[in-house]
Amino acid sequence: MDDALLDKLGILADAAKYDASCASSGAKRRTGGPDGIGSTTGAGICHAYTPDGRCVSLLKILLTNYCLFDCAYCINRRSSNVRRARFSVDEVVQLTLGFYKRNCIEGLFLSSGIIRSPDYTMEQLMLVARTLRRDHGFAGYIHLKTIPEASPWLIEQAGLWADRLSINLELASDRSLKEFAPEKDGGAIKAVMGQVGERILEAKEEKRRFSPAGQSTQMIVGADASTDLSVLETSDTLYRRYGLRRVYYSAFSPIPEASSALPAKPPPLQRENRLYQADWLLRYYGFTVEEIAAGGEGGMLDLGIDPKLAWALKNRERFPVDVNSADREMLLRVPGLGARAVDKIVEARRHTTLRLEDVARLSSGLKRARAFLIAADHHPGGLTDRADLRQRLVAPPKQLSLF
Amino acid sequence: MYRVDLKDGADLAGFRRALRGLVALDVEPDEVNWSGGNAPSLFGDAALLPVDAPPVPLPRPVGALIESVVCHRDPERYALLHRLVRRVVRGERGILDHHADPLVHRLALLDKAVRRDLHKMHAFLRFHEVRDPASSEGPGAERYVAWFEPDHFIVEATAPFFVERFESLVWSILTPVGSLHWDRRSLTVGPAALRPEGLDRDDRFAEGWQRYYESTFNPARVNPTAMRAEMPRKYWANLPEAAAIPAMIRSAPARVQAMIEAEAAAPRRRNPDKAVAAMARQEPATLAELNRIIRGADPLVPGATQAVLGEGPEGAAIAIVGEQPGDQEDVEGRPFVGPAGQLLSRALEEAGIERSAAYLTNAVKHFKFVARGKRRLHQSPTAGEVKHYRWWLMKELSFVRPRLVVTLGATAALALTGRSVSVLRERGPMGFGQTGLGDWDGFVTVHPSYLLRLPAGEAAEQAYRDFVADLRRAREMVEGAG
Repeated sequence: MDDALLDKLGILADAAKYDASCASSGAKRRTGGPDGIGSTTGAGICHAYTPDGRCVSLLKILLTNYCLFDCAYCINRRSSNVRRARFSVDEVVQLTLGFYKRNCIEGLFLSSGIIRSPDYTMEQLMLVARTLRRDHGFAGYIHLKTIPEASPWLIEQAGLWADRLSINLELASDRSLKEFAPEKDGGAIKAVMGQVGERILEAKEEKRRFSPAGQSTQMIVGADASTDLSVLETSDTLYRRYGLRRVYYSAFSPIPEASSALPAKPPPLQRENRLYQADWLLRYYGFTVEEIAAGGEGGMLDLGIDPKLAWALKNRERFPVDVNSADREMLLRVPGLGARAVDKIVEARRHTTLRLEDVARLSSGLKRARAFLIAADHHPGGLTDRADLRQRLVAPPKQLSLF
Repeated sequence: MYRVDLKDGADLAGFRRALRGLVALDVEPDEVNWSGGNAPSLFGDAALLPVDAPPVPLPRPVGALIESVVCHRDPERYALLHRLVRRVVRGERGILDHHADPLVHRLALLDKAVRRDLHKMHAFLRFHEVRDPASSEGPGAERYVAWFEPDHFIVEATAPFFVERFESLVWSILTPVGSLHWDRRSLTVGPAALRPEGLDRDDRFAEGWQRYYESTFNPARVNPTAMRAEMPRKYWANLPEAAAIPAMIRSAPARVQAMIEAEAAAPRRRNPDKAVAAMARQEPATLAELNRIIRGADPLVPGATQAVLGEGPEGAAIAIVGEQPGDQEDVEGRPFVGPAGQLLSRALEEAGIERSAAYLTNAVKHFKFVARGKRRLHQSPTAGEVKHYRWWLMKELSFVRPRLVVTLGATAALALTGRSVSVLRERGPMGFGQTGLGDWDGFVTVHPSYLLRLPAGEAAEQAYRDFVADLRRAREMVEGAG
């Protein structure tokens, strides 16, 4: 690796980092064998964490940050003065293999600015994946960003080699998209999601290999005026209609070379966090978008408490529930009890009548749960309905340390 | 009192042997002194366990738990496992579902700690490339060495992961509790090692990795607590990239402040309007361009030698669409050259259609087959595959612009109509325009390979005559329209 390549790596990693997706999970188990390299284990592995708390699982880079598009929220938009660079297909292949052999990564996450044409760009991305798989027997994880404006055949070719395809929706509403990303077309993005979703289902039925770990997308939060309700409604539609595996939320972050179309401000990290919690409630806890939104005010989630607790506080007549007899669906709605804890409770109560200390062994969220739970030796009494319950459950603000 | 001597570390075999004896004699857990290594006995003479006791049948999850927990550093692990097994053999077969039981809970915590340690070793171990002048693979051959300090006795337990992932590399993993060596053929488990010096010397990839790590960090989201929760400090010493962490955290607030205060800069370049407009014209503009794309693409199902492109003049009055290339077409790279193709040529001639004046192609461009000995047996394309290739077929027809599209067999009819067509029942003219897939006057008939499969006799001859009659009718339609 010479200095020039090192320099490009710096630029093109910096340019890719605003994509939140990092998962390396969901691929079928496979190994490269004696002539190839690598394996996937089903579950992903995070090989490092950066000081922003995010995991490093895949080598996340752009093929190039030159771009013909001018999306206001993007550091790589054509009107930005950021430094530009471009990898060759072979350089990306060599970087991926070099880092992989040192056990730094699970694989590659490759995206790109749009150069020459969407088809040309998509073909370059596809060639990287094909070279890794075919010429090097690479069995690690490959996530390709698809270019929605590219021809369908190219996206389908990409699906032959990638574990996961994704297309970023970026903004929850078509109106915002039009305003901030004039070259993008919300309809085209969803059409490609539909196409990819259909192909994934077909390939599964016909036992062919096509993007086996599914597709995902990302929405930027806080760049436009979309409410949490409208973001979650969009997610719900994406999960249902296109069978997406994941929707990532990325708090809009101040970027160097910012566009004047957007105010520079610190990222709304708490909002991003609450959206992820709400997303989990949608997918694994049986909540509807309306129920989640009703926990907050005016279509925005309560930033001070998690959305499950917010819902419980507004629906106290449903509580307390008996940990020894309530059905799984209701236990999932108890603040502080996660899906895994609920499964353990359901198994354990076949053997014994659960007391509060038993529940403490099964769940780490008992502090929040106890106001909503009845156990063999515990009844919250009037606690469930106390007006100051919220204050009692919210952690007091941290004291400043004074020297 | 019984005394069991086990090896240092995770002695699964020794524990299994002892457990069989203890179960056979129905020994109480309190009656056993589990000593690691060769520590002298505090209890004087201890009773002996039988060496050939029978295996203890255990539910699979209990076996898996034992394999994991013996790797833990906790000196009590063997005693706890003995207590668990005793309860299992006394009837509590489903004991592990009893998550709230104090013993089960404690063992679950040990198991979790071991699994976390395994996971962290898979994640945080870093190989360094060393050039070994005396390698058996030849001087200067690629070789990788890693140093790692696990919390528990997991070195052997991690071996399958690293062997599977790096089977084609030569590597060594060194730790204070044992080592692993892989030479691309076999694994050797070695003794504890000392930290090697200067591992990351001259490795540009290690430098590149640190550059990557610094660049992928977003200073506007600094959150070291979240980082340390998943990557505690104890791992940092062996992670080359971790050296950069303090400076990254220190400089983050200033970097963010600079970003927020920076005035939005005026774009340096003019808007490349022409280039943006050109993007809209990216689709292939000619049949030759389209064919270049098809030739360069990979088959949806691996195996085919090459893509078989359509053949015939652009502007041909009749386009004939078959199913997919067969064995011979795949080798020669031309459509309809095998037995079915020869039969088609004969029928076209009898129907008065000049083969060279028609455009011949297939719905699917690659041969799909299963290998049976030396033979490659044709496999019909699935509906999904037909759909995948349809985009090309439609583009192709849009360049050829035939007056009539004749589909041979069910697959071609599916490609043009988007629905499954019963060819024998629906043969004849069919407008392909109503389906939204393409606006063509169409004609549905059988595939010549169907005729080849019919047993010889009057029925087969009649079927062939019907096929010729269909083609003749198609010709008349075109001539009538022209």
